[in-house]
Amino acid sequence: MWLLEIIDLSVSIGSKQVLKNFNLRINKGETHALFGPNGTGKTTLLNVIAGIPRYTVDAGRIMFKGKDITHMSMDDRARLGIGMAFQRPPAIRGLRLKDLIKIINPKADASAILKKMDFEAFADRDVNRGFSGGEVKRSEMVQLLAQLPDFVMLDEPDSGVDLENIKLIGEAINTLTQKDLRPSSRTRSGVIITHFGHILEYMKADRAHVMLGGSIVCSGNPGEILEEIKKSGYEGCAGCRTCQT
Amino acid sequence: MQDMPDIKDKARAARSKKAAYGTDVDLESYESEARPQQAVSDAEDLPGVVKKAALDVGVKLDAEASGEFVQMDQTPVVAKSLYEGVEIMDIASALEKYDFLQDYWWKLVAPDADKYTADVAAAPAAGYFIRAKKGTKTVFPVKSCLYLGSSNLNQRVHNLVIAEEGSELHVITGCTTPSHVQRGLHIGVSEFFIQKDAKVSFTMIHSWGKEVEVRPRTGITIAEGGSLSNNYILLKPVKTIQTFPTATLAGRGAVASFNTVIYSSMGNIDVGSNVFLDAPETSAESISRVVSVGGEVIARGRMTGRVPGARAHLECVGLLLSDKGRIYSIPELDGQCRDLDMSHEAAVGRISEEELEYLMARGLTSEEATSVIVRGFLDVEIKGLPEDLKQEIKNITQREDLRGAA
Repeated sequence: MWLLEIIDLSVSIGSKQVLKNFNLRINKGETHALFGPNGTGKTTLLNVIAGIPRYTVDAGRIMFKGKDITHMSMDDRARLGIGMAFQRPPAIRGLRLKDLIKIINPKADASAILKKMDFEAFADRDVNRGFSGGEVKRSEMVQLLAQLPDFVMLDEPDSGVDLENIKLIGEAINTLTQKDLRPSSRTRSGVIITHFGHILEYMKADRAHVMLGGSIVCSGNPGEILEEIKKSGYEGCAGCRTCQT
Repeated sequence: MQDMPDIKDKARAARSKKAAYGTDVDLESYESEARPQQAVSDAEDLPGVVKKAALDVGVKLDAEASGEFVQMDQTPVVAKSLYEGVEIMDIASALEKYDFLQDYWWKLVAPDADKYTADVAAAPAAGYFIRAKKGTKTVFPVKSCLYLGSSNLNQRVHNLVIAEEGSELHVITGCTTPSHVQRGLHIGVSEFFIQKDAKVSFTMIHSWGKEVEVRPRTGITIAEGGSLSNNYILLKPVKTIQTFPTATLAGRGAVASFNTVIYSSMGNIDVGSNVFLDAPETSAESISRVVSVGGEVIARGRMTGRVPGARAHLECVGLLLSDKGRIYSIPELDGQCRDLDMSHEAAVGRISEEELEYLMARGLTSEEATSVIVRGFLDVEIKGLPEDLKQEIKNITQREDLRGAA
């Protein structure tokens, strides 16, 4: 059984179709990377898996742990094991980060998590309020390390982050996706959207996909695909429709 | 002294004078005679029900304090100073003892302002007298509780607070009714004299019943270099409240800040603050946060700048979470000379979908996420309060069951 299986999914926002007959399968213990130019539906895909209500699913299904979650509420999905690092999360006035950690998971070791992300100084700050771009990304990782979802979605966790902190974030993703364990022992999975692939130098992705116009046009080894994109751009991918998803 | 004919005459003349704001209360429908209560020498000896009620409004009578005052119905049952230089008395005894108080009594609130002040002026004086003597500074607060324990009673209180030159005084007052009191009226007149370079914080937490009406009448004057942080918190249901405390920044550099936190589920709540900036280099700030899941809230704020260089800022922000509620925000700026810096921002809106979704993506239900956002919204950063008091205020907003809908 796949951990996540997306079958012939078509999604629109208003009258605009964003995902077209989209298919993706992710196994337990696997981490996939998603590449593609802006506006090609990567963030929409993650939002739809998370269950953000602004999208309309016109056709297809999302199966998670064998359950059809296509129309499940966001919080039920989160409790079933789906977690997400938002690209641009909102600030929450009056909610301290350390209190949110306790709310997400009362058993979480907040101080250890904050220390791991070098984020102790932000424990008493309101969540994301006045945080820089890089600080927001670390705040997201802190929350996910408390949540420890079985399937973690990372929407550009490296954008706006300086080199030193990219390493920290990469390590956190490895922790979230259990890269310290042997592949056969891993139970947690993930998907990451990244534009430049810097983060992939610090974390392990098992498979990568290129998205164009709302569908996957190419899948394979992350290193090779990244190389190919660097060489011939996404236009190259558009001309090469030989891959099977 | 309290029977000064002038005050009584004025009160008589204003007996049926309606207030400028708020619904009109039928004073005749309440009993004006209260059964006397037993005074105790120590707050520890108070009945358990009173101690519990005090605790519910943030008044921990067993924790460190510079003084204690408890009034049950019309009887001051505890009035005790716990810090040298901080004097606490029941006001009737203070008026007997000190002739100089005639220069303060009814000087900031007029006995004939409306029928409520008139009613207090006509009744025997009950309430607290708190004085921080010259140069006395303490971060331990004076803790006071005004307890309305008898149904249908018209509880009348008149408080006088004097912070003498260079003193630092913190007062927390919890006003409350136990759950068995179905109906009641509380009228509280308070006069605050903040003298040169004195620093005062006054925190008032209200917790009344669904059939209780409340009419506080407050006057404040702040002299040169003096400061006031005034905090008002109302999270429990009430029938009607109307209050519009008025502060005059009378001396150079005087500062006032008002913070108001309201969670409304029913009733008619009309609250605000009114500040006159009458001296150079004065500044005032008024921040109100209102959440309504029902009932009507009128959030007023008025600043009047009468001297060049005065600075004032008003902020009225409301979250309206139900069709059953109304939030009417009325910020007013009245500039009466050149070189003023006065501003306001007002907003009434809803909880952001984005914030809700963000928290739901972490596994919170929609109700839990709403409650977290509402609590955060009401968590005003209050300046000028000792840490313990700040924490106590935070605890109050944390423990209340603040839902997104009634």
